[in-house]
Amino acid sequence: MLKLNNPFIKQLVSSFLNLAPILAVVLIFQVLVIRQSIPDVINLIVGTLFVILGLTLFIQGLEQSLFPLGESMAYSFARKGSLLWLLAFAFCLGFGTAVAEPALIAVAEKAANIASTGNIIEQTQTARDSYALGLRITVALSVGFAILIGVFRIIRGWPVYYPVFCAYGCVALMTPFAPAEIIGIAYDAGGIATSTITVPLVTALGVGLATAIKGRNPMTDGFGLVVFASLTPMVFVMAYGMLI
Amino acid sequence: MIEWLVHFALKLLQTCRDILPIAATIIGFQLFVIRRPLPHLKKTLVGFLYVLLGIVFFLEGLDMALFPLGSLMASQLTTPEFLGINPLAQTVIWQTYIWVYVFAASIGFATALAEPALLAVALKAEEISGGAIRPWGLRIAVAIGVGFGLALGTFRIVTGTGLYYFIVGGYVIVMIQTLFAPKMIIGLAYDSGGVTTSMVTVPLVTALGLGLAQAIPGRNPVLDGFGLIAFASLFPIIAVLGYAQIAHWLNKRNLSSKH
Repeated sequence: MLKLNNPFIKQLVSSFLNLAPILAVVLIFQVLVIRQSIPDVINLIVGTLFVILGLTLFIQGLEQSLFPLGESMAYSFARKGSLLWLLAFAFCLGFGTAVAEPALIAVAEKAANIASTGNIIEQTQTARDSYALGLRITVALSVGFAILIGVFRIIRGWPVYYPVFCAYGCVALMTPFAPAEIIGIAYDAGGIATSTITVPLVTALGVGLATAIKGRNPMTDGFGLVVFASLTPMVFVMAYGMLI
Repeated sequence: MIEWLVHFALKLLQTCRDILPIAATIIGFQLFVIRRPLPHLKKTLVGFLYVLLGIVFFLEGLDMALFPLGSLMASQLTTPEFLGINPLAQTVIWQTYIWVYVFAASIGFATALAEPALLAVALKAEEISGGAIRPWGLRIAVAIGVGFGLALGTFRIVTGTGLYYFIVGGYVIVMIQTLFAPKMIIGLAYDSGGVTTSMVTVPLVTALGLGLAQAIPGRNPVLDGFGLIAFASLFPIIAVLGYAQIAHWLNKRNLSSKH
């Protein structure tokens, strides 16, 4: 017998609520503004159900495996342990979460398809796969690097805007020299990489660290890791575009 | 059926590779550095299995629904019949595409307002500011920020202007705001940019941008298609900093008028 307070059912409802605003806006536009027939309605409905089911399983799974473990580890690393292990953990956490981020997997594939139809890379499946993987590894390295620097910033007690302003400067200086076709995806990569898995774990690390260190305020020093992790991919992906 | 199963198995295998780094990080550090066994081993393993299956279904659903939906909206909102323009016209008049901007703004506004992660940020901001920042006010400010950002982003795609000018212009605004904003709120405001670009918004918005760049004469998906997410993660920062600044001023004025 399924009970209404079953966590799975609850998650199913909240996944649907996540999708609801998009569906509502699209539906209103279809009915009131566009007024044309929609092709492939069945596919769209089945796909939407897949998205809801996938989101439910994904978040349910995260909440009973990665999140509690990752958060308790972030706190215990922040409280004790050597600086070197802390920095290594910070890098691996950023790298690992960015590689697993589903939206990044999907958009990197999309970017590879666009690049291949635009004749920037070869029009073969292998070329597309290696372009998409290269993009994701670059983004993951940059997120790992950002968390590492961010942790260092919290330990040192630098203001949050120092690294952010530096990254802004790099973006502004690099863009004129980067190949035009990489700029769009580079600018988007950061926002895509800091999503469902990355944000909670990285925030836990930052707040845990700021709580553990004397003289740091978790409310003010604990935040600012995510923004830096969404800026460094812009710099790294542009560099990747210059190199290939 | 068999074909579908093979496809599913392949996707599952690929996803195993994708979650390997984070699983190895968590388990490796737990066992070898912290040197403690994994608590709730069975629950954790089942959780990892859920994550795997969840990613596979989610990606499959994206390909079937959210990506096509984004490109469908882009193409339907830009067909010459819908716009009532000459299908052979090669010059783009940006005012013609007004419904594109309205659609992008509505998607941004609605998804940001409903985003659960933003509610958590709003509650924290209220706590930091000692009640000066109201959660609902902040959420509406961010939703307006995201909506405006996406509308501006689609305007950029329609006109084909460089992404650079808009984003670097936005950075200058953030830098000026940072100098004047209450120090407590800066970190949280910065991080709110990553919060509004959720797993379901990103694919739809990406497909919308690419679809627009494909449909509008003279635009190229490679050069103009991406960039919407950058707008959606920059404008919430401006909105939160702006709202915090105003709340701070109002609070100060109230306090000084009482004395």
